[in-house]
Amino acid sequence: MSESIIDHPAGSLVIQGLSKTFQQKSGPVTALADIDLTIAPGQFISIVGGSGCGKSTLLRIIAGFETDYAGQVTLGGKPIRKPGLDRGMVFQEHRLLPWLTVEQNIAFGLNGLPADEVRRRVEEHLELVGLESFAKAYPAQLSGGMSQRVAIARALANRPDILLLDEPLGALDALTKIQMQNELLRIWQAEKTTMVLVTHDIDEALFLGDQVVVMSSRPGTIKRIVPVPLCRPRDRSSPDFMELRREIYGEFFSARSPETDFSI
Amino acid sequence: MAIKGNSFLNRTAHLAGYVLIPVLLLAGWQFLSSFGVIRPMILPSPAQVAEVFWQLVESGELAKHVGSSALRVVEGFALAAAGGLALGVGAGIFRGFGRLVELPIQLIKPIPPIAWIPLAILWFGIGEGAKVYIIFIGAFFPILINTIDGIRQTDVRFVELARILEVPRWRFIRQVILPGALPQIMTGLRIGLNIAWMCVVAAELIAASSGIGFLIMDARLLSQTDIVLAGMITMGFLGKVTDDLLQKLETRLVTWRNAFSGH
Repeated sequence: MSESIIDHPAGSLVIQGLSKTFQQKSGPVTALADIDLTIAPGQFISIVGGSGCGKSTLLRIIAGFETDYAGQVTLGGKPIRKPGLDRGMVFQEHRLLPWLTVEQNIAFGLNGLPADEVRRRVEEHLELVGLESFAKAYPAQLSGGMSQRVAIARALANRPDILLLDEPLGALDALTKIQMQNELLRIWQAEKTTMVLVTHDIDEALFLGDQVVVMSSRPGTIKRIVPVPLCRPRDRSSPDFMELRREIYGEFFSARSPETDFSI
Repeated sequence: MAIKGNSFLNRTAHLAGYVLIPVLLLAGWQFLSSFGVIRPMILPSPAQVAEVFWQLVESGELAKHVGSSALRVVEGFALAAAGGLALGVGAGIFRGFGRLVELPIQLIKPIPPIAWIPLAILWFGIGEGAKVYIIFIGAFFPILINTIDGIRQTDVRFVELARILEVPRWRFIRQVILPGALPQIMTGLRIGLNIAWMCVVAAELIAASSGIGFLIMDARLLSQTDIVLAGMITMGFLGKVTDDLLQKLETRLVTWRNAFSGH
């Protein structure tokens, strides 16, 4: 793994030897240890792990919210030092401004552009997420799935190189979630933006990702990177899909140490 | 039509609930007065107060007093709103400035408006200036404090969002901080207006020759309790009506909120 950053295609996200420690009252806590990951432009990468495995911290470092870490994180060869427009982010909660309409929310991040260009991009992205008829609605009038679609439109309106998705479907009901996974897939195929999805849902990770990065907890490390060589749209009940799911599932639940089988 | 009749009934019931307690209190008061349980010197009957009230209205005296008090309240409150909002927005948004003015605000805030009367007279004489100043001082702090608080409660998640979208500072203030703080700013304005009405009575202790406060104090010296009561009721009414206006403004400005309005 001695390849230099220059070897990667332009726009790659390269993470090398990344470690992150939080200082807490009880002492330092290692959230991430020795993370190496390269994401090529246009890829869809899913990161799965249990709660506390540092997957959200990893995403926040890529976003530029956390800057105090060891190792290297570069996007297109440039180190990430702060949040910026080359990265878009969708959070678990939609974070729409309740006092702005849907179109105003999408335009919120469009700054320094001429008015007609702003209008054009808002329309284009409303159409992308299929909410043209809700342009004038307020967030309180939208369902959870619709709100998250607006949040995706807002994040994409700036045409970022990479879209970071921090458990964006985690709060949705099971049916809306599946619908939104299809939606995400369609948007990714249409926009060809690099996407990094953090999730605790193995099915979701497999349905969407070119690769599934499996993380283990305390400290957060990459346990395995599972390529998903299935063509899209993927059939969740196909034998290949099930086999991959079983494999990833095993990474979390098979390695039970014998001691824990006994209780007093 | 059944539906229309029903909604009319509903509205009537709603209104009845709204005025129930004041009407019961008035009836009880009148009852006790009529049977001589309450002596007129202590508390004149509602009928007597209504009669005096009507005389004050007819003679145009009440309108004159309401006019001068209202003008003072409007002037003092407008100054307090302008000053409180400007200073509050500045102190809320710019941390360094906020730190600078924090201690003086905390030291001056607890001083009751009445304690300012001697200084107000020295600074502004016994004319309108001193009265407006007392009202200003009373209304200023609730507006200021609520504005600062409202701004400081800006959700950090929106701050993160604005950072990744590289939203310029001015847009952030205009589209995130101010709308978010607006409900609390409106609360500050309503409390400020309420206090302004209270302060006008204190202010009219200073060599006033008109105003509801003057009317009350003047009647008190002559033991005209019925006029005192008529003045007090007018005060309460004016306070309620002006608060209603601000509440209307609030619902118009804060349309997006789905707030709890009671079980």
